[in-house]
Amino acid sequence: MAKSKGQTEIIIFPDWCKGCAICVSFCPAKVLALNEAGKSSVVALEECINCGFCELHCPDFAIMVRPRQAQNRRKNDVAPSESASVEAPDKATGAAAGDPSNDNDPKS
Amino acid sequence: MSDVTQLIHDYLRHNKKFPHVFCAGCGHGIVLGSLIRSVHALGLSKDDVALVAGIGCSGRIAAYVDFNTVHTTHGRALTFATGIKMANPQLKVITVMGDGDAFSIGGNHLIHAARKNIGVTVLVLNNFIYGMTGGQCSSTTPLGAVSQTSPYGQLEKSFDIVKLTSAAGANGVSRGTVFHVNTLDRLIREAIMRPGFNLVEILTPCHTQYGRKNKFKSAVDMYKWLRSNAIPVEKYEKLKPEEREERIPIGTFVQNDAPGLEELYAQVRTAQCAKERKQ
Repeated sequence: MAKSKGQTEIIIFPDWCKGCAICVSFCPAKVLALNEAGKSSVVALEECINCGFCELHCPDFAIMVRPRQAQNRRKNDVAPSESASVEAPDKATGAAAGDPSNDNDPKS
Repeated sequence: MSDVTQLIHDYLRHNKKFPHVFCAGCGHGIVLGSLIRSVHALGLSKDDVALVAGIGCSGRIAAYVDFNTVHTTHGRALTFATGIKMANPQLKVITVMGDGDAFSIGGNHLIHAARKNIGVTVLVLNNFIYGMTGGQCSSTTPLGAVSQTSPYGQLEKSFDIVKLTSAAGANGVSRGTVFHVNTLDRLIREAIMRPGFNLVEILTPCHTQYGRKNKFKSAVDMYKWLRSNAIPVEKYEKLKPEEREERIPIGTFVQNDAPGLEELYAQVRTAQCAKERKQ
């Protein structure tokens, strides 16, 4: 868990976020804030130190913090500021778009 | 951190409706995540885990995970868990109960399960209140706390879950909070792997039914309260009695390695079978 800034991207699934503000209140680097819809959103991605507090404490599993390189490999030439954008979830399934768990067979 | 959320999604039942039913800021979701991380860290197969849950908010946890699950009647989760463990001792049987479920309606079952030392791991989600049924006071509601049925403050003393379970003879007793997640993961892992009866009390805020009536302005205030009051038991024991007020010790309180009831039963059965073969 590298504690250096600017190494991560943060993905928030807004359909799963209930706006409890635990992540916003306890983020040591003030990376997150509630938006006008009352959902958590990224406001200062470059300050993220990858402590993982938000991901571990989100009661709704709505936040994912991962290394930025992995995202850049997936989406070529995406500027770091754009990588903080919130991914829209697939409302039909209730799961987030790009959520690898969609491939998981629950019966397996 | 990158794989934590994906890991949790791998263990959820995707035919269930998400987001889950818990209120905004409810700690039960954090416990669900912690349980999944602990099971994954131990390398247990989903088929090797049986999750038994009682009634109440905590009972919903069993509906969301892709283990073998039973949603049982109120207070009787441990009786079902005892039967499952005796029938198939190879299973890791985990029981999730609320404070009312475990210590009010199911109190007698719990102390006898601890006395028998049956190899079940119990997670007691203590939010000091009957959350789902309307906010009645429970046996763990602190003295003076306001609830739906104690509008002028709770007049009855509350149970100390750790002391009660320790006195009943449990092999392992520990307490964690949903704010101290890494500690909670460790406590749950240790409880699952230790033989015999193991109980983890988990302090989890219920802002909807408890916090709002007790001067917590938001769910976050309840987490701040946990952060400032919960301290490791080693530090707690060094405090003077007057400094211990309002402080909550967390960590492991009892850890024994006595064999569980199912192991003793297997030994007796093996000895009896050998004796019958000789005759």
